[in-house]
Amino acid sequence: MRENTPSTGTAPASAGELFLGFLKVGLSGFGGVLPFARRMLVEDRRWLDEREFTEVLSLSQFLPGPNIINVAVIVGNRFRGPFGSLSAVLGLMLMPFLIVLALAALYSHFDTLAAVRGATAAVSSAATGLVIATGLKMARPLLGTPWQVAIGLLGFVALAIARVPLLWALLVLAPLAIAIAWATRERRAR
Amino acid sequence: MIPPVLVELARQFGFLSFLAIGGVNSLIPEIHRRVVDVQGWMTNAEFAQAFAISQASPGPNMLIVSVIGWKVYGFLGALVATVAICLPTSVLTYGIAHVWDRFRGAPLRAAIQRGLAPVTVGLVLASGYVLAQTTDDGWVSYALTAATALLALNTRRHPLWFLAAAAVLGALGLA
Repeated sequence: MRENTPSTGTAPASAGELFLGFLKVGLSGFGGVLPFARRMLVEDRRWLDEREFTEVLSLSQFLPGPNIINVAVIVGNRFRGPFGSLSAVLGLMLMPFLIVLALAALYSHFDTLAAVRGATAAVSSAATGLVIATGLKMARPLLGTPWQVAIGLLGFVALAIARVPLLWALLVLAPLAIAIAWATRERRAR
Repeated sequence: MIPPVLVELARQFGFLSFLAIGGVNSLIPEIHRRVVDVQGWMTNAEFAQAFAISQASPGPNMLIVSVIGWKVYGFLGALVATVAICLPTSVLTYGIAHVWDRFRGAPLRAAIQRGLAPVTVGLVLASGYVLAQTTDDGWVSYALTAATALLALNTRRHPLWFLAAAAVLGALGLA
């Protein structure tokens, strides 16, 4: 049962400590908090070492759902069982949830002001640029593999241009891509 | 009696939770399609505002779901939408984390991860495209999107700086 016995580092003493650790993560990051989760788990609290964090992250990204929530579920469970998972997720979500609602309420109160509308529209445009940059960064390591480029393009065209429902796009693209990855696995291994 | 719209929020986002491979960023086109086109819960402009508000707040990317819920049915709507996008996959993750470690190094696991990577990239870029169409009107806002993307790709500055700079430009009526 290695999942319950992390090889190095110190385990959080209680579910409360998990709650507080992830509370800080939730408050740290803008536009994605994964880098801050890494800093808290590996560098500050040393609940995981580098290799363990990479494994937790790859599983979180592989499974559906918000990645950072999956990280909280796995880490919480590893140290404190289901109650640990719950504490970590609640800690992560509590403050961002309240803050975003406060912002939404503030916005609806002041949305007649030209400056507020202008600022919101500009933030939206800039944040769109950040999403595009994230996608391009993720694309870089795949550019040398033609079938991965083709799958990425197909996904983009299906969702952005043809506006196919995501479920249908995934039901076609995911098995296809996994089959190609499986068929080409030997060559890659050598 | 539970208001039907709360049930619908739970249903919509609970289902979307399972489609969120590579995080909620890749879900934007589908959320937009359902919330604006199918359900008619908000307009294009309101969707763009919800996105901006969620990005201006600390925390996970998925907060746009909370803002949509809030818009639809106040605090309760926000709570239901947020729990719905988190809970189903959290339970799934909880179940799978136990068996996953046994498949470490298995070829199928590697093939699944290598296959899903480009699918995720396509979805995230589609999100960028749909967001640009939804939020940008006129060449100034497209230029702001392009400039932010280029700066984020080529510098190591914290993303918050770009959002703050954009907010200032926008408040002054320059963007």
